[in-house]
Amino acid sequence: MMSAMNDTPFSVDKDALLRRLRLYLPPRCLLADEEDLRPYECDGLTAFRELPLVVCLPENEGQVIDILRTCHQLGVPVVARGAGTGLSGGAMPHAHGVVLSLARFNRILRVDPLARLAVVQPGVRNLAVSEAAAPHGLYYAPDPSSQIACTLGGNVAENSGGVHCLKYGLTVHNVLRIRVVSIEGEVFEMGSEGPDSPGYDMLALFIGSEGMLGVVTEVTVKLVPKPELAQVVMASFADVAKAGDAVAAIIAAGIIPAGLEMMDKPATAAVEPFVKAGYDLDAEAILLCESDGTPEEVAEEIARVTNVLKEAGASNISVSQSEAERLRFWAGRKAAFPAVGRITPDYYCMDGTIPRKRLAEMLSAIADMERKYGLRCANVFHAGDGNLHPLIMYDASEPGNWERAEAFGAEILELSVALGGSITGEHGVGIEKINQMCVQYATPELDAFRGIKHAFDEQGLLNPGKAVPSLHRCAEYGRMHVHRGQLKFPELERF
Amino acid sequence: MTLDEIVQAVRTAHDSQSALRIRGAGSKDFYGGMLSGELLDVGGYRGIVAYEPTELYITARCGTPLAEIEAALAEQGQLLAFEPPRFSGASIGGCVAAGLSGPRRSQAGAVRDFMLGARLVDGAGQVLNFGGQVMKNVAGYDVSRLLAGSLGTLGVLAEVTLKVLPRPTAEQTLVFAMDADEAISRLNLWGGQPLPISASFWHDGQLWLRLSGARAAVDAAMRKLGGTEVADGGSLWASVREQTHPAFTADILWRLALPSTAGDPGLAGLRAIEWGGALRWYAGEQEAARGAAARLGGHATLYRSPESLRCLEGAFAPLSPAMLALHRRLKKSFDPKGILNPGRLYAEF
Repeated sequence: MMSAMNDTPFSVDKDALLRRLRLYLPPRCLLADEEDLRPYECDGLTAFRELPLVVCLPENEGQVIDILRTCHQLGVPVVARGAGTGLSGGAMPHAHGVVLSLARFNRILRVDPLARLAVVQPGVRNLAVSEAAAPHGLYYAPDPSSQIACTLGGNVAENSGGVHCLKYGLTVHNVLRIRVVSIEGEVFEMGSEGPDSPGYDMLALFIGSEGMLGVVTEVTVKLVPKPELAQVVMASFADVAKAGDAVAAIIAAGIIPAGLEMMDKPATAAVEPFVKAGYDLDAEAILLCESDGTPEEVAEEIARVTNVLKEAGASNISVSQSEAERLRFWAGRKAAFPAVGRITPDYYCMDGTIPRKRLAEMLSAIADMERKYGLRCANVFHAGDGNLHPLIMYDASEPGNWERAEAFGAEILELSVALGGSITGEHGVGIEKINQMCVQYATPELDAFRGIKHAFDEQGLLNPGKAVPSLHRCAEYGRMHVHRGQLKFPELERF
Repeated sequence: MTLDEIVQAVRTAHDSQSALRIRGAGSKDFYGGMLSGELLDVGGYRGIVAYEPTELYITARCGTPLAEIEAALAEQGQLLAFEPPRFSGASIGGCVAAGLSGPRRSQAGAVRDFMLGARLVDGAGQVLNFGGQVMKNVAGYDVSRLLAGSLGTLGVLAEVTLKVLPRPTAEQTLVFAMDADEAISRLNLWGGQPLPISASFWHDGQLWLRLSGARAAVDAAMRKLGGTEVADGGSLWASVREQTHPAFTADILWRLALPSTAGDPGLAGLRAIEWGGALRWYAGEQEAARGAAARLGGHATLYRSPESLRCLEGAFAPLSPAMLALHRRLKKSFDPKGILNPGRLYAEF
């Protein structure tokens, strides 16, 4: 499980490292005893754990520069960490490295309502930005379901999405500027408060780079006006393929809903007793479709969506009649992960994206995999943008159970690639999907990624072993790269 | 033309270490730094490869004329929301390489915001595929978006996949009489309200706004905003997008990209304001342009000028030494021998 960490060997003298770090950091900013390190051993992907040598909790950019320079000089791996809510092990520590926690970079530096932007430190929670902007009728659009806890720095690292990103975009569409410290301790500004910047679009390259290219110390985000009204349509379908077709029909009608989510029967069955959202438990799938805008606009769109859904064969349609009801409809979707967590000792959340039209194929393949691996799976789906979150249920205390869950997950990811999609839509590669990168990309692309890494971090000290696999690892994993479109169903017999 | 011909041309240039000047339709030869090297005309590598309206993407070869792509989209009631200039027959490859967006940019986003995937021939003649055709994909670095605006210096953009959106059902143009300062302050105030403003253009004492969206939303916004309705808004926005409007007529034209609330940079020759105040155009020699833009938190591009002036000034604002070094390292990783469009972005690489 931890073999990725051996891709590049590091030999670090912990005492020498601590002596150097103590020159720059007061004791409250430095953790080195095992009981203090323990809380940092994993992120949201708890199946992967590692104790770091040291945790640094810098309080200003100068200290970040000192830490990075020190690590650069001594050849020490550095893993940056926000709230540790990531689901791909991107913030899992390195056994010979430093965890650089940005937890104390928790200030909102400026909210400018006229320019519609906020300047925040990377440890600020996603939801806190919208709360600070709310008095001005503005908010920060990307809303990952962990938004009460996850931080902007982590959002930048992962290019986080959320249920509204079909209409409002991902982190990359909503961040204007970042301040970054390189492993050599050099400060870069990428992007600007204007519409663009000269030279390469380093901001776009950096967002989603999973802590591999630098450490973010400041983020300027775009704020957008809060829509006057939002309403949700909930529709039931007797067949998941029909629900998938309904999603395509909504898009074909020229509608980009503010949110478009699907849950299958196992997911609604898990959620309903937990949140009592009023979901139709007889339906094979339910769709939630949100419309926002001016009251006139919403009324028009809801009417159109309702018609499309009826024509697509929805068996039951209801429209939220109040803000409380709208939130109740969403509550089930937002609580899907914890709800599944209640009915199984452990669950493993996947994050593939597929072309929407392949949804029925994917779900029937997952049903076959449930039998193959002897594990149950509930599916929640950002249907609007083709991002599927199968939740594989397992019991870590039973020998062999996790290994089966992991193989189940790997098969879903590899099928996502074969269907023309991607192994990760928003959770990142991290340590979890490092092998599947060898499936999604061929050697020349992986070499290009390594070239980019080298341009930013020649010694490979930032988050080693994550996001981009080594050549050696891909050879060891031994799977053929499946190029989109060239290989139709080579693995069909496997499910 | 085939992909293999492009690959062969790049490999030959790589082996002989000779520069290539990549060209689609040549509609933006005026833009950016020096044109040097042997011409690699990729205009013949054309055609829409895949277009799936309900999956919201289109994939096309680099030489495909923008007009052809937009016609195909229009048939399905869709569009390229960043509204790129077509100039004289622009190709999709050049559109992405130059990274120029049009009037709708302030509402919908720029070229890079719509990049989903790219097939690239790098400086060693290797074919690389980045991104894909799905809306969300965070596997690997986001190279596709990096390529937007890279002016062909990282590789030949052989094929691109872009996100497309439905065409708004209703559009209406309004005009207001006001000076530049007032226009900037109004545009920022309106920007903070949930109004369907999809474009703005100020020139010579008049501010035009375009409203786009559902009929009901456009009608409600018109009641709220006032102003005078313009009957033929379409031709005005086409002239802004294509820069055929007299505001853009100048031998020397500076493009200032600024925070939308930025005050007057103190330059003479203000010709136009777009993008809610964030894009400002100035005519004439402007020695102070770069410094003024930087002080306001933006940057100035020598957009149109005699080549001699661009050689002297550089088309784009200079980078800090550390940032320039990072650019060179990135360039080197994609184009180790520096043969692709050398000098087109910066004289240094």
